[in-house]
Amino acid sequence: MIKDVALGQYFPGNSIIHRLDPRVKIVLTIAYIIALFVCKGIIPYCIVSALLITVILITKINLRLIFKSLRPIMILLAFTAVLNVFYTKSGDVLLQLGAVSVTTGGVATALYMTVRIILLVAGTFVMLTYTTSPIMLTDGLEALLSPLKKVRFPVHELSMMMSIALRFIPTLIEETDKIMSAQKSRGASFETGSLLSRARALVPILVPLFINAFKRAEDLALAMECRCYRGGECRVRLRVFKLSSIDIYACILFAVLFAAIAVISASVSFGVVL
Amino acid sequence: MKDIIKSENLTFRYNTGESGGKTALSEVNVSVRDGEYLAILGHNGSGKSSLAKHFNAVLLPCGGRVLVDGMDTLSEELLFEIRRTCGMVFQNPDNQIVATITEEDVAFGPENLGLPREEIRKRVDDALKTVGMYEYRDHAPHLLSGGQKQRIAIAGIIAMRPRCIVLDEPTSMLDPSGRRDVLRITRELNKNHGITIVLITHHMNEAAMADRIIIMDRGKQVLEGTPKEIFPQTELLHKLGLAVPQTVELLSELNRAGFDFPLDKISVEECADAIAEALKPQKGEHLKTSHLELTEVSRKVNAVMSIRGLSHVYSPKTPFECSAVNDINLDIYPGETLGIIGHTGSGKSTLISHLNGLIKPSSGSITYCGEDIFKSKEFTHSIRFNVGLVLQYPEYQLFEETVYKDIAFGPGNMKLPAPEIDERVREAARFAGLDESLLECSPFELSGGQKRRVAIAGVIAMRPKVLILDEPTAGLDPVGREDLLRHIRAYRDETGAAIVIVSHSMEDVASMADRLLVMSGGRVLLQGTPDEVFSHSEILLDAGLDIPQVAHIANALRARGIQLPDAIYTVKQAVSAITAPGGGSK
Repeated sequence: MIKDVALGQYFPGNSIIHRLDPRVKIVLTIAYIIALFVCKGIIPYCIVSALLITVILITKINLRLIFKSLRPIMILLAFTAVLNVFYTKSGDVLLQLGAVSVTTGGVATALYMTVRIILLVAGTFVMLTYTTSPIMLTDGLEALLSPLKKVRFPVHELSMMMSIALRFIPTLIEETDKIMSAQKSRGASFETGSLLSRARALVPILVPLFINAFKRAEDLALAMECRCYRGGECRVRLRVFKLSSIDIYACILFAVLFAAIAVISASVSFGVVL
Repeated sequence: MKDIIKSENLTFRYNTGESGGKTALSEVNVSVRDGEYLAILGHNGSGKSSLAKHFNAVLLPCGGRVLVDGMDTLSEELLFEIRRTCGMVFQNPDNQIVATITEEDVAFGPENLGLPREEIRKRVDDALKTVGMYEYRDHAPHLLSGGQKQRIAIAGIIAMRPRCIVLDEPTSMLDPSGRRDVLRITRELNKNHGITIVLITHHMNEAAMADRIIIMDRGKQVLEGTPKEIFPQTELLHKLGLAVPQTVELLSELNRAGFDFPLDKISVEECADAIAEALKPQKGEHLKTSHLELTEVSRKVNAVMSIRGLSHVYSPKTPFECSAVNDINLDIYPGETLGIIGHTGSGKSTLISHLNGLIKPSSGSITYCGEDIFKSKEFTHSIRFNVGLVLQYPEYQLFEETVYKDIAFGPGNMKLPAPEIDERVREAARFAGLDESLLECSPFELSGGQKRRVAIAGVIAMRPKVLILDEPTAGLDPVGREDLLRHIRAYRDETGAAIVIVSHSMEDVASMADRLLVMSGGRVLLQGTPDEVFSHSEILLDAGLDIPQVAHIANALRARGIQLPDAIYTVKQAVSAITAPGGGSK
């Protein structure tokens, strides 16, 4: 059943990482991604990897889950690796197959690229989706984007839409389950037949699902209006984010690491061997 | 007393059709007094919801006007002031919760009002405590039960500190214990906090506890008065598509049998007092307990379905592991009606989803005519045509362009020849009580009750030997309820099929079922004839269930020293039990 799929991927916990301010988490994740692209040479990659492993250990998230989250990008990884191996031409030639050659530089680039993507995906998953509840994430995003209100960017509307979507995902999953059961009870089958007939079998699920979603949207809009909703103006939020000392430590620690990575990478680029 | 809401010659039309729309309200003059508990009654489509939606300017009058605490709802600048004065709770608890955390949802209204943060905090906490949901403040609403969600919705309104709350059929999607909680809270809000309550309902027992009742019919108010003034008019109420509480029904039936009771004894206690008083002279002469003859259902036929040792565990070997049903043994016989009752989460839905092979048991067996329904994939598929399952709110599963095509979906999946499909569609429409003229309509144009019939016809069209219905009457008004049950009974009688009805409504199962299965915590709590089951009223009440009101009256009479047979759960039985000792009164 669809219900068995882990919802929203959020794993509640009480680690330091879980307790970080969502705004700080978003900013640090962006900084982390930038750091990944700044990295050059083996030492910076080691620093980032060590950082990620420490964070994972702190959150106590099962390592198997992290590998699971990497599974969908396996093809992408293989593709990038192969491309880099064959198209980067620098260093000594390792293998020559007619016009195609594999060089040490190619292998190194491929390796770095693969590690970079793995670190990127695993890092964002651990920092954002696994340890931050979706509602915190949208609230954090709203807070970070709020300066954009000055240029009339609909920040509040956007975050409202996101949080309502999050609110209704479980409801709609339950509903899909129910509609599928109902149509199966009338002899519909979704697992057999050609691709076309399987696509056609979705009509009895999608039509009621959409109609009900519209009805729900209408009801919800009415209920919100009855509770005096009038957009973002004069709205006061119950929850406000306050930076705690953990947040500040996290930022300082990361800034130091970032500086180290930048310096080492720069020296690698300019040929200075440390 | 001051009026908090007043409508003057209120007229309203929905602009749906091309010919100027349908008139929903015409010339309605009602007033809601400050601090009262008002019930608005009416059958589906009587205009009661449309009226209520005018009370906080969700709908605006086409003619006449509505005043809320002296403010005209037509004046736009007062809109938020009006909505803040008069809050509204809707029928479907799922569709009115905005946030993913309970307390954030309750805060939504005050946040919109732009109150200071400390004030919001205080109001949210107060509101959650008032509805008894404070300990759930960090929970995700989708994990709560329907009754709990509805309490959150009420808290969300209370947090805005309104003077009046309009509740539009707030209990129609809840189970008995959820319903009791919600009603208790509305009463407390009215008594302890002085909040005016307007309850829209078609449950007579809910209306019976109001201070005043307004009855709507075809967009007009037709009756107005206290419950004691309204309910004695049994015939008029029946004509308006409404029922009366079983207390009044019992008294009026007894009067027909020669007694002379005043019909304004609405509560169980009053009613029992009156009957006990009248029976006193006869007491002593006829003390012998007259046990109603229990008709043992003959078991000469073989069971059509047998369930042995059925257990089901959801998400086994994960932290979410939970056992939904445990060691269920059950036989279903052709031609019988089996009622399954149990509160939300008792495992009823899991049980019935096994019966047509939608889910596989973790252990145990299910056989249909002696064959294991899971013996092959093809067989499981074919079982669904023989064991028809109508899920809760089946009208939300319609999808075709016409009623005809929707009903034909099942027979079509059976790969039947076209003439046979045609025959079955028409037959099923008849069994479900749908007029032939509706077959070419779009199902989405029909009323809620008609849609439900279309959905039920869609299952009947497969001519199942076992027809399972989950809450078939939920949300229907008394007349629609009665009529639907009559059609289901006719299907059973004409085809000899077995009927399984899952219901929260004790009155429904009491009047329909030959046999009852009571579930609690995934196990069978009681199994037997309604006589046997309803004689264990304490066990039922402990399991979060209710017993029919007439059974409460019987209990109250017994408490007053009147000897009655154990099995009284329909008005008919009560009448014959009360009149039987007297003998001559018939």
